[in-house]
Amino acid sequence: MTANLRRRKIYSRIFETLCALAVIVALIPLAMILFYVIKEGFGALNLDFFTHMPKPVGESGGGMANAIAGTLILIGIAAAFAVPVGCLCGIHLSEYPATKFSSIVRFAADVLNGVPSIVVGIFAYGILVLPVKRFSAIAGGVALGLLMIPIVVRTTEELLRLVPGGLREGALALGATRGRAVFSVIVPAALPGILTGILVALARVAGETAPLLFTAFNNRFWSTSLTQPIASLTVQIFTYAISPYDDWHRQAWAGAFLLVMMILALSILARLAVRRLERMNRS
Amino acid sequence: MITLVLEPEQKAAMPQVATQANDDTKISVRDFDFFYGSAKVLHGISLDIPARKVTALIGPSGCGKSTFIRSINRMNDIITDARGKGTILIDGKNVYGGDTDVVELRRRVGMVFQKSNPFPKSIYDNVAYGLRIGGLRNKRQLDEIIERSLTRAALWHEVKDRLHASALALSGGQQQRLCIARALAVDPEILLMDEPASALDPIATSKIEELIYELKDNYTIVIVTHNMQQAARVSDRTAFFMLGRLVEEGDKNTIFMNPKEKMTEDYVTGRFG
Repeated sequence: MTANLRRRKIYSRIFETLCALAVIVALIPLAMILFYVIKEGFGALNLDFFTHMPKPVGESGGGMANAIAGTLILIGIAAAFAVPVGCLCGIHLSEYPATKFSSIVRFAADVLNGVPSIVVGIFAYGILVLPVKRFSAIAGGVALGLLMIPIVVRTTEELLRLVPGGLREGALALGATRGRAVFSVIVPAALPGILTGILVALARVAGETAPLLFTAFNNRFWSTSLTQPIASLTVQIFTYAISPYDDWHRQAWAGAFLLVMMILALSILARLAVRRLERMNRS
Repeated sequence: MITLVLEPEQKAAMPQVATQANDDTKISVRDFDFFYGSAKVLHGISLDIPARKVTALIGPSGCGKSTFIRSINRMNDIITDARGKGTILIDGKNVYGGDTDVVELRRRVGMVFQKSNPFPKSIYDNVAYGLRIGGLRNKRQLDEIIERSLTRAALWHEVKDRLHASALALSGGQQQRLCIARALAVDPEILLMDEPASALDPIATSKIEELIYELKDNYTIVIVTHNMQQAARVSDRTAFFMLGRLVEEGDKNTIFMNPKEKMTEDYVTGRFG
């Protein structure tokens, strides 16, 4: 009996230790990435980085103003196109969950979610760059938007389904039509969660490089034109990181630091929104 | 059949005599069957529900009383594969007729649910919801009806200083009274209550019961309850359901003191159920 109990305690201790080790192994890369990015990037970051344009090779200094603006424009285009499509699609899936059409849409969204981002980039290149023979911000934004859609669709659907059925009944019992009930009660109830989904999707695509390489391409100059090639933080980091110049390497680290901070900020915002939703659902 | 269309103020001011004079049938149910898919859950229900009285539906769990009450405002329509057969007449018009506008029906037949379901909006917006979807935008009129509805639901004095606070911050009993106020705001003729107090503590429950007692002067109330003391306290007429059938229906004193059916007697005396 006591021997048995002792053996069980030892096993328990071994597995607890293994679990703790696994957690540490999983966290080491994250900690190292953050450590290096902060160590190398934070020092390289200054006001010039935000307000100045890249300097020609050989001149030190300069910044990534055009790439910062470019990234914001690109994810703006992506959101403008993916958010309405994704949300409406998610509403459809939660309202008509059992139809054949819905199961096809759900499957399609999952497949799209699994498509490598470079393939999405090639697709955008094929339909938006080749015909007009020019790289453009639009093409880059659409490529990012296509990557966002499935994330937005599935989070919207799942969060709408979490809304208690009683709310729908309450609205219908007061003489609301189905559409009215959805848009005046169910969607607002799930809104913080839906916003979270959108933020998570934005964070995901803000860090994409591959689909931008042959859609938005890059631009050394200040450009906000949607039909011209446009710079982005990720592509700029890539370009600078593979260059042979120390100064550009420092700039790349600063860019990486900024990008990580942007994504971290989006994630924190998303967390806060989720916490609000949970509080609401509990009461 | 006399259908009075009165402004709420007039209704509130109506003398007792008028209430008694209008003791006629508001809802008339004939041979009503209900199916979930191929399962038949209600068998040939026939029942007359009088105007401006409280009719309590009692019976053990799963006897079909909730399904029945939800058939009156066609709340079951949202369940796939659910369908009703037979007639439910409200003021002589068939609810299950082809020309019934469900939205219109539900504005006339308010409903309060077992689990209080305030919208995650302010107290004010909850009560305003039905009015706004009815197209009422006038702020003064909204304010007035909202105050009146909350007063009738015996909630006004507890919330008048925080109308724009979230309804979710209210206690369970207050939330349920808010749901009643919300239903009253659109001025329905009939109020369906599906176990409105089953999730509440005794004090909140007695408040709801007092409320029901006061509301019956102006509304036809149908209440489902598991609690026989509650049925005995609040109802004028009582209907006993069992296994999807209406076993017996009548004046509450008859049902509780002197039932015709053995099954009813066994149930109300607590021998089963």
